Amino acid sequence: MATVAGTPATAPVAAPPKSHGLTERARAERKLGLMLVMPSVVVMILVAGFPILYAIWLSLHRADLRFPNLTAWIGLDNYISVLSSHTWWSDFFNTVIITVFSVALELVLGLLIAEAMYRALYARTWIRVAVLVPYGAVTVVSAFAWSLAFNPATGFATQWLGLTTPPLTTRAGSFAVIILSDVWKTTPFISLLMLGALALVPEDLYKAAKVDGATAWQRFWRITIPLIKPALAIAVLFRVLDAFRIYDSVYIITNGSNNTASVSLLGYQVLIGRLDLGLGSAIAVLIFLCVCIIAVVFFRFLGASPQRR
Amino acid sequence: MESENTPARKTLWGLAVIAVLVYALFPVVWIISLSLKTPESIGDGSFLPTHWTTSNYSAVFNTDFFPPALRNSIGIALITTLLALAFASAAAYAITRLDFPGKTLILAGALAVTMFPAISIVGGLYNVWRNVGLFDTWPGLILPYLTFSLPLCIYILSAFFREIPWDLEKAAQMDGATPLQAFRRVILPLAMPGVFTAGILAFIAAWNDFLYANVLTTSNAARTAPVAMAYFTGASQFQQPAGAIAAGAVVVTVPILIMVLIFQRRIVSGLTAGAVKG
Repeated sequence: MATVAGTPATAPVAAPPKSHGLTERARAERKLGLMLVMPSVVVMILVAGFPILYAIWLSLHRADLRFPNLTAWIGLDNYISVLSSHTWWSDFFNTVIITVFSVALELVLGLLIAEAMYRALYARTWIRVAVLVPYGAVTVVSAFAWSLAFNPATGFATQWLGLTTPPLTTRAGSFAVIILSDVWKTTPFISLLMLGALALVPEDLYKAAKVDGATAWQRFWRITIPLIKPALAIAVLFRVLDAFRIYDSVYIITNGSNNTASVSLLGYQVLIGRLDLGLGSAIAVLIFLCVCIIAVVFFRFLGASPQRR
Repeated sequence: MESENTPARKTLWGLAVIAVLVYALFPVVWIISLSLKTPESIGDGSFLPTHWTTSNYSAVFNTDFFPPALRNSIGIALITTLLALAFASAAAYAITRLDFPGKTLILAGALAVTMFPAISIVGGLYNVWRNVGLFDTWPGLILPYLTFSLPLCIYILSAFFREIPWDLEKAAQMDGATPLQAFRRVILPLAMPGVFTAGILAFIAAWNDFLYANVLTTSNAARTAPVAMAYFTGASQFQQPAGAIAAGAVVVTVPILIMVLIFQRRIVSGLTAGAVKG
């Protein structure tokens, strides 16, 4: 994302020498600046910051909407229930499977599509329009399109691929359709980011490498990958976080059947299906912690810092 | 690469272009095709319809819940976009142009908010909204939608505003323009493309939401189109609702297709503004 630290210093032009502390003008500017960011900050604190704190509070209580009178502080009991349950770990594992396969496929496919878009000699506008279609398509629509295609009662895919067992009746098949739907929808996002990065690689480098006898494969690994790595790392970070929160397509395609539920779907089932806000919030907070850990790992070890440059 | 454009290479990249087009459009063509199939031919396993009908579309628009859901989707996504743009423009202007403490904190906070999982926010909102009367209302969805549209707009607008030659404003004032004139005639036209781009992306994001709408609505008052589509499934136990779902899916996708066709350049520049240019 955009520069954070490197914000151009917009020092007031011809500011009078500072006598004590801030000048009148600097103070007015400071006031105006704070006033202008205030609405955004208030909204983000109210609808994002506060609900997270409230979820932490709820997760430490017995808070079941079916038995509101039994609400009480129970410490970490909800967390112990979640972390010692088979369902949480199984759904956690499902989410990791979906995330790893989706993002890996999206990276490979995204790079290929970006390369094709970059090298395309004609129809550039049309490719761009076409690639934006999956990006703009609603996730629920993508999920329906793929699940209806792979359902023998409504689709063509089982016949085309000669599958004897309908994929949506098996666990592996269900994962495959969920991942396919996710990959189709989000690969364009990655390929557009990669396209922007590819355009910044100087063409002379390739020419020089070619003169020195480097193969296309070597040029890709030694020149392209290192130079687009920062953009790649940020794209992967955003996609991993997104995939880890997967909910829409799992809800539509399997609704958790065949043991394919994601952690977000589990949270939904406990919060809204069972109306157990305490236990559900413990799941929600654990998902939040997972996301924090993923982000920190990326920032620390892979250099995917949006604050660089 | 001029020297490399041999006929073989041209053919290769031509094929790659066709592959990309097929990849991107295949599921869309499929869902359109499915929406045009008659109920009897829906299970025939063909990709394109053998018997055509538009009855699925009339069925969708004759339900008592899909048309209101479509209205809700349009209204909620539009208001979310306008609010996010208003708040984010002010914030992005302050961040790029003014000197005040806490800038880095605000940008880092906005970035953190984009990473918040919706499921972690929605449980608390569900409980609070029911108690303050925001459950199953438009504002009840617009507010959580701001959690993703605001940071998105702040980042895109900051990236765009940074590129504006702000000195022009001063130059216009020296030439005798009032501050308001300088802003309206000089700065606003330069800023509009960025504002527009941010708006399109915010609209697409709000239009796409399913989790908040699925949890925080319960009736025609605020239920959005993606959620309404999921309701077709349970409509009748004996008749396949696939045709109706497909028709609903096409209706939900059309506005986005139109936006993509008209604004493709802006969308691409918006997606890459923050991430690549830095």
